This record gives sequence, structure tokens and C-alpha cells, in this order.
Amino acid sequence: MSGLAATGFDLMLCALILGAALAAIAVRDLFGAVVFFIVYGVFVALAWLRLEAIDVALTEAALGAGLTGVLMIGAVSRLERLTSRDQDQDAAGPQSPPTSSAARIATMVGAAGIGGGLAWGFITLPPSAGLQLAVAENLAASGVENPVTAVLLNFRGWDTLLESIVLLAALIALWSLARDQDWGRRPGLRQHARPGGVMATFGRLLPPFGFLLGVYLVWTGSAQPGGAFQGGTVLAAVWLLVMMAGLKAAPRVSSTRLRWALIAGPLLFIGVGLAGAVAGTFLGLPTAYAKPLILTIEAGLTLSIAATLALLVLGAPMAGDGLGPDQPDKEPAR
Amino acid sequence: MLAIVALVTLPLVAALMAVVVERRGEWIALLSVIGVVIALSVLMPLVATDGPVDLVIGGWQAPLGITLRADGLALAFAGMAALVMAAVLVSARTLYGASPSEAETRGQWAFWPLALLLWGALNVAFLSRDLFNLYVALELLTVAAVALVAIEGKRESLAAALRYLMFALMGSLAYLLGAALLYAGHGTLDIGLLAARDIGDASGATGSRRASDIMAAGLMTAGLAVKTALFPFHAWLAPAHAGAPAPASAILSALVPKASFVILLRLWFEALPGLTTPALLATLGGLGAAAVFYGSVLALRQNRLKLIIAYSTVAQIGYLFLVFPLAGGDSYAQPWAAGAWTGVIFQALSHGLAKAAMFLCAGVWIIAVGNDRLSGMRGLASATPMTMSAFGIAGVALVALPPSGGFTAKYLMLTAAFASGQTIWAVVLLLGGLLSAAYLYRPLAMAFSRDDDATFAPVPRSLQVAPLLLALAAILLGLGSQAPFSLIQTGRPAAAAEGLE
Repeated sequence: MSGLAATGFDLMLCALILGAALAAIAVRDLFGAVVFFIVYGVFVALAWLRLEAIDVALTEAALGAGLTGVLMIGAVSRLERLTSRDQDQDAAGPQSPPTSSAARIATMVGAAGIGGGLAWGFITLPPSAGLQLAVAENLAASGVENPVTAVLLNFRGWDTLLESIVLLAALIALWSLARDQDWGRRPGLRQHARPGGVMATFGRLLPPFGFLLGVYLVWTGSAQPGGAFQGGTVLAAVWLLVMMAGLKAAPRVSSTRLRWALIAGPLLFIGVGLAGAVAGTFLGLPTAYAKPLILTIEAGLTLSIAATLALLVLGAPMAGDGLGPDQPDKEPAR
Repeated sequence: MLAIVALVTLPLVAALMAVVVERRGEWIALLSVIGVVIALSVLMPLVATDGPVDLVIGGWQAPLGITLRADGLALAFAGMAALVMAAVLVSARTLYGASPSEAETRGQWAFWPLALLLWGALNVAFLSRDLFNLYVALELLTVAAVALVAIEGKRESLAAALRYLMFALMGSLAYLLGAALLYAGHGTLDIGLLAARDIGDASGATGSRRASDIMAAGLMTAGLAVKTALFPFHAWLAPAHAGAPAPASAILSALVPKASFVILLRLWFEALPGLTTPALLATLGGLGAAAVFYGSVLALRQNRLKLIIAYSTVAQIGYLFLVFPLAGGDSYAQPWAAGAWTGVIFQALSHGLAKAAMFLCAGVWIIAVGNDRLSGMRGLASATPMTMSAFGIAGVALVALPPSGGFTAKYLMLTAAFASGQTIWAVVLLLGGLLSAAYLYRPLAMAFSRDDDATFAPVPRSLQVAPLLLALAAILLGLGSQAPFSLIQTGRPAAAAEGLE
């Protein structure tokens, strides 16, 4: 792109990001707000592309816009069913509750204050104080050619290890919200795909391609943009598609095999770290073995991330329509 | 150092195993307690004699990599956390232990990994020197803590958990934004390297105060204050801590706010001491004083034991923020260096032990009575003498009577207040002590009043031992204050002795 065209495109992108963000806040209808949130995520991913941060763009598109959007749509549709059952009328779908004008003004003043402060701080920042140079200097010793992967899996592997455990903690937290009598069941709603319908057909056609794409993203991550989180998200989508098409039921939360899949990545990562500790350096990856070790860790992480993300979308184990017994006010038995 | 590795990884590995292995969570937790205690008993004497020990993860030095450091501050809190976790995990066996013959239930599966993940996150938060790594630790801590609030599945505890989540996430985001600004301005997230840049000092590398640094410090302080439940950000604390089952309440009240407070201490005393102003120090101290009074008054007005204990936490956290004005005055005028700093750490440790003991006592009484209403407590003193003594002894530490750890704390803080000529904070300390005696009097008086008709469900003795041991530990912290005192001085930041300005 020539200079002028690039500037014009960037300005337009900034306007679109701000517009989508404003729309997501201003729209009263919750479903509409979620749609604008997803649109916002896609624009932000584009902005990362323009900043040549392709790894971040991939992650934003897959997790920020994609997976988070799916989770929010799930939450809205669940709210919709709950409100329509409680009120016996299904007029306009769930709306965000009205806020008092004092709360609105306070929020606006607070946001404007933080925004103004950030702008003020941003002006005083030095041109560049990042660690790009230090990363480039040590890249050869990291075992991989993609600097982002080098940071995530080697230089700051400890952060990534803890992050993968945060993801697991989120799933444990979600499952712990199940009702006592539903424990041990399959997570989420039962899917009713018509045999021979569009969903069932796609469920048979798409998975092989999706699987290939997911594995490729992980494999290529060592040299080019990609990696366990992006690949894992694609694989999670594949698994969800298979379950939604009715080809395979979701596993029970009590399944031992499923639980091993959830912890495989973090456990493998800690195991490599502890082996290093015994040899002298916790989480140390000797340059000669760094690449195979990183690929092994990423394979484990991909399995766990894919399983965890898909199960987060499915929700806690539940029976029936997932809305509980007929009387919504009944406390679960202790 | 293998002991540091064990400290941060053992609870996490145990949590992963507790996810997989059915109905064995309690035993896995017990093994990790033993492992962590061994690691601490190796590390503590070593650090006390030879000084702080570093663990450079992956062999990558900061700024590229992440360093964990076992200094006195980190080990004192990790030690307190290990004592509390040991007592809590043993006590939780009656609620969440599984019998091998019956099918696994939701609570029996979920409690153990959540408690162990929370413990692992705490240890990382106490030891890590990297601002982003600390953010990840806080995230793990928050997710596990929120889930523990909701674990009983009752309507009110779900609402409390959701409110807690909203507050905690806002705090996380503010902290992360601040950390990003510091990285953009200085190219490092390491606390030691940031300290070396003398941020805010006219003679330092960055010259004068930069707007981005002030913004970063403000955002991080606000975020950490929300997570520590400093007044006026305390609204989430009481319903969350009182709504959780007793063992979880003990962890939430005794340990979780301490993690963000330790990070706050490191931020101001180690990373950014040059950025403080007298107005800022007075504001933080003023909010702490407001918390002391507001929390105490609310504790006086509750009619449920767990709510009294929970609002007492709001008040006790207030004292911790007095460190900012007390260390900010003419600290060199103190009879010994770093009196305010050491006193506040004693206060945090003593509160942790005493508060965990009190919540575990509440758990015992909920089993005996069926609820935690004050009116139902009549006659409990003669029915459960061991638990009654535990509650009374923990109360001694909370009110800061000698010879408890709370007394050592208040003594150090009072001396610092008088020596630096800031009598106003001494008034807060003394009035706060009186108020805590007042709100603890009501449950004590109720339990000691005679009621010959009262019948209580029997409580296993093993459940009553744990709170008693914790309460005694809070007293021992004062009686044998020499060893913890010298440990806390190990690796103490210079600003703790020279004072903030």
C-alpha cells in the first residue's frame, strides 16, 4: 500500500473500531450488543495485522472475537429462555436493565478520566523501550524461529504454564456451578440435529479440514505465526461441530479419559520444568533439545486447550433443558 | 533452588492430580502440605542466615525472563499461608472428604483442586519479581477464589460470587493496564530493574516524574486496592466471605487479600519509591483509617457470626494501609529502622492466623447449631470448650492484647507513629483496638451465657483441634517474635528503613 492509502485505511479502521465499540455499549438489545462486540473483535484483529503482529491478530480473531462471542451468544440465548419461561411472553428478547442517569454520568466521567490520563501518559512515553532486541539476540538459543513462540514457550514459559492452568481453573469453576443432582452427567444441552440436515452434513464435511488446519497452526507456530492457543481454538471448534451435528455425544464430566485430556498440557509442561530443575535449571530448555521439547509441550497444550475451550462453550453438566426444575425458586439440595 | 520450585509447583501439581483422581482429593492435598512444609523448613533458616535466594526461571535473566525471589517478606507470608492451608485442608475433610464406597459428588470433586490452585497462586504472588507474572498469579487466585465463594450453590452465595468477580476483574484490568504502561516506558517488568531506574527521582535515568509512570502507578494501586478490599472498594468482601463454606471463608479472608497487599508493598517500597507524595501517603492512610472505623461499626451491627468476622476483615485490612503514612514520616527518627514496615507485616500475619481460626470456629458451631445466628449461640461455651478457647485466643490476637502477634504489630506501629510525630494514626490504632473488642464481645457473651435447654449436634474433636492450633500460632508469633522479626528484615527494601517521601 502506498503511504497515503495506508494512512487512509488506518484512519478508517480506527473509526470502525470506535464505532463498533460505541454501538456495543449503546445498543439496548443484548443480542445486538454481542454482535457488535464480535464485529469489534474482528476490526481489532485487523488493526493487529496492520501493526504486523500476526500472532496477536490470530489470537484476537480466534479467542477475542470468535470464542468469547460464542460464549456470549450462549449466555444471551440462555437468558432469553429463562426470561421467556418466567414471564410467559417472548416479546423482544432480553434487554439490558435500565441504568440510572447518575450511574451513567459517573461511568462516563470515570471512563473519560482514565482515557484522558492514558492519552496524557501515552504522549510522554519514549519512542520504543521494548525487548525486541534482547529477544532477537537470544532467538538462536531458544530452539524456534518465531520470536513470539520463543517468548511464550521459552523465555517466559512460566507465564504460559500458569495461563494454561488459569484456563483449567475457569473450567473447574464452571463445572462447580452445576446442580448437585446433575454431577457426573454430560455437560451442556443435548443437541437435536436433523439427520441429513445442513448441520449433520457440515458436521461430516468440515471436521477433516478443520482438524488439518488446527494441527498445521500448531506445527507452523515454531517458525511462523501460529501456536497452541490458535490451533487449540480451531480444534475446539471442530469438536463442537461434531457434537452439535449429533455425530458424537459430549463426554460425561466424570470420564477419566476426559480429565486426563484436560490436564495433559499443564502436567507435561510442569514435568518438563521439573526435569530441568533436577538437571539444574527450572523450565530450562537446553538449546539442542529446545525445539522437540517445545513441540511436545505445544502438542500437549493444544489437546488440553482444545478440550477445555470446547467444554467451556458447552457449559456445566445438566439434565433436560438446563433450566432446572419447574419451580425456579427451589434451592438445590445440599 | 529446588525448595523454591517445590513451593510454587507442588500445590499446582497436586491440584492437577486432584482433577483426575476420583475421591482422593484430601490425601493429595495432605501430601502437598507435607511437601511445602519441608520446602519451607529448608528455605527459611537458609534465607534468614544467608540472605534472599533467587530462582532464575529457564536460566533467562530479567528483563528477558522471570525471576522468583525468596526474601523475608515472601517467606513470612508463604509460611503463614502454609499453616492456614494445612489447618483448612484438614478441617475440610468432614465437608468434602469422600468415602471410597460412594459415588463422587460435585463439592467433593471441585473443592480440592480449587483450594490447591489458590494456594499455588498465592505462593507465586508472594515470590514473583515480575509484574506480568504477578498479574497471571492474581488471575489464577481470582478464578479459584470466586469459585470457592459459589461452591455451596446457594442463591445468595452465587450473587456474592458474581459481585466479587466483577470487582476483582475491574481490579485486574486496572493493574494490567498499569503494568503495560510501565513496560512501555521502561522496557522491563522486573521489580528490581524498575527500582534500578530510580523512577521519579530527578537524578534518575528518567529525569523527573513522567505522566505515564504516574498513570501506571495510579492504575496499579487502584486495582490492587480493589482486590485487597480497601475502603471504599470493600463492598464485595462481606457477602462473599460470609457466604462461602467455613473452610473456604478461612482461606478467602486470611490469605487472598494478602496477596494483592504484598504486591502493593513491593510496588511502592521496591519498584517506585520515588513516585510517592505526602498527599498520596496520607490518602492511602486515610482510606485505611476509614476502613478501620467503617468495618468495625458494621461488624458491631451484624447478627450473624460469619458476617461479624467478615466485616472485621474489612477493618483489619485498614490497618495494613497505615504503613504508607507511617513509613512516610521521618522514619529515621524511629528507635529502630523499618518499625512501621515490620509492624504492618506482623499485623498481616497475625490477622491471617487469627481470622482463619475464627472462621474455622464458626464452621464448628454451624455444625453444632445448624446456623450462625448469634441468638443460637447460647450455651456453646460449655458444649464446645475447645472451640471456645480457640475463638477467645484468636480474639486476643485480633484485639492486639499481649503477648499475641497482634500486640507486637500494634506496638511497632504505635512506636513508629509517636516517633515520627504522627499521633493521629496512633489514635486510629487505639480506637480500632477498642472497637474490635466491642464487636467480639457480643458473640463471646452470647456463647458464655447459660442455656440449660440447648442441645447441640456432636462435632468431631479432630475438627476442633485445627482452629485451636492456628489461634495458638497467632499468640506464638508474639511470644517468639524474634525469629519472624529477623526473617522479615532479610532482603528488606531500602525505602522501608529510609521512609517514603
